[in-house]
Amino acid sequence: MIIERACIAGALILTALSSAHAQLRGTGDLGIVIERASGSVRIVDTSARAPIGRVQNLGDLSHASAVYSRDGRYAYVFGRDGGLSKVDLLQVRIENRIMQAGNSIGGAISQDGRVVAAQNYAPGGVKLFSAATLELLADIPATYGDSGQRSKVVGLADAPGQRFVFSLFDAGEIWLLDASDPRQPRIEKFPAGLQPYDGLVTPDGRWYVAGFYGEDGFALLDLWHPEKGTRRVLQGYRQGEEKLPVYKMPHLRGWAVAGRRAFVPAIGRHEVLMLDTETWETTGRIAVAGQPVFVVARPDARQVWVSFAFPDNGKVQVIDTETAEVVRTLEPGRAVLHMEFTPRGEAVWISARDDDRVIVYDTASIEMVGQIAADKPSGIFFTARAGRIGF
Amino acid sequence: MRRRQIMKWSVELGLGLVILAWATTAAADTFRIPDSARQQELVHLLLQDCGACHGLYLTGGLGPALRPQDLRGKPVESLREVILRGRPGTPMPGWQAFITESEARWMVQTLLNGLPDETRLSDEKGLSDDH
Repeated sequence: MIIERACIAGALILTALSSAHAQLRGTGDLGIVIERASGSVRIVDTSARAPIGRVQNLGDLSHASAVYSRDGRYAYVFGRDGGLSKVDLLQVRIENRIMQAGNSIGGAISQDGRVVAAQNYAPGGVKLFSAATLELLADIPATYGDSGQRSKVVGLADAPGQRFVFSLFDAGEIWLLDASDPRQPRIEKFPAGLQPYDGLVTPDGRWYVAGFYGEDGFALLDLWHPEKGTRRVLQGYRQGEEKLPVYKMPHLRGWAVAGRRAFVPAIGRHEVLMLDTETWETTGRIAVAGQPVFVVARPDARQVWVSFAFPDNGKVQVIDTETAEVVRTLEPGRAVLHMEFTPRGEAVWISARDDDRVIVYDTASIEMVGQIAADKPSGIFFTARAGRIGF
Repeated sequence: MRRRQIMKWSVELGLGLVILAWATTAAADTFRIPDSARQQELVHLLLQDCGACHGLYLTGGLGPALRPQDLRGKPVESLREVILRGRPGTPMPGWQAFITESEARWMVQTLLNGLPDETRLSDEKGLSDDH
């Protein structure tokens, strides 16, 4: 009897130990899928191609985005309603959550991983938080003009030197923020152009590029030499042609650079523009199936995958960057919202909102190799972003 | 005298009926309520695609908020025009390639009344318990 009990107790201890061991794991192959309508995120394992959990009660996640702690354990999720949630991927739970604004559009994390920045529409501005505690460190209102009105902030990205860069939609300015002392940030302001809608920092951390809705072209800021100010590139790429209605604003973050060639969405046009990153001249235009929203390069930059605005949002096209030709047109599902490559790019995950699923493609064969159920999935964010400048 | 009075009433009544009939036809020509399947599509479009800029809960984003309290006092006709033809100088595109005038007017009315909660719920079905 006693022996039997001891055996049971021993077995229980062993089970407890082994399950504790089973929980030890890295996060390098994990990620999250935003479930925009239900205010939840699905935590996914890109090796197993399977979901491992779901975290709920994250508020309004329409247009939500996420950045990662540099250890890849925590996702900072920025909700539309101003919620900022720190999600623990390993324990599948909310570590901390605050309401930091009335209407928010995304965020970034500093080079050293200590400062999380949120970009807000209302009240327009940027707020800096401690990545550890989410304590507010600084509030930077995006005021402009004589009467002190506040602009919506778009295109926030991190840059080397503990800096953040962002654009003011209403003010037409680019602001460079030095967060070396995050409680006393220093700000430089640059004129940019009419209605910047998004911006990005190039993968090498040198250039900030903002795209305009209100005029043709892009603004370029050299982060090695901000004292030189902004300059215009790709000016007049829509010139002489009727301005088309834009059913969804393109996203610039994650844009595609292959060697000297960059591939960018032409706003309102059924085209991907090619430009030379040395001269910033347009070198070509590729006709595509709709108004591009995301134009993202496979990590090795051999392919560029393009998703589209309504009503062509059921398609995805693959461009061969060597020949600059569309090599495949896919129909992964209804209302494709986002695409994310695995860290080295053997697969790409594509969210199809209206089919309530995420589809996984092998990028060598360009064949579907798996799918995961998700509730109205939108953004997909893998932890590999933790180590990338501008993400 | 009495007969004349009756004649007058008859004429007035007849005229009234003609006007009423004309008005009904005219209204039917310009405003046809979409069938329920199309209504579902339009609500889906409002929440998900309009929601891309105006917020899934229509609380605003790049575009302004579209809740009843935000739209109160704005003329229906001008709101319908904005949906169909967009707002020059802003990112709001015209949707007339995808939406008829009647549908746009129905969307405006739906926004002014506020989307019923059950519409939202049916569009966002409950989550399953699996991981």
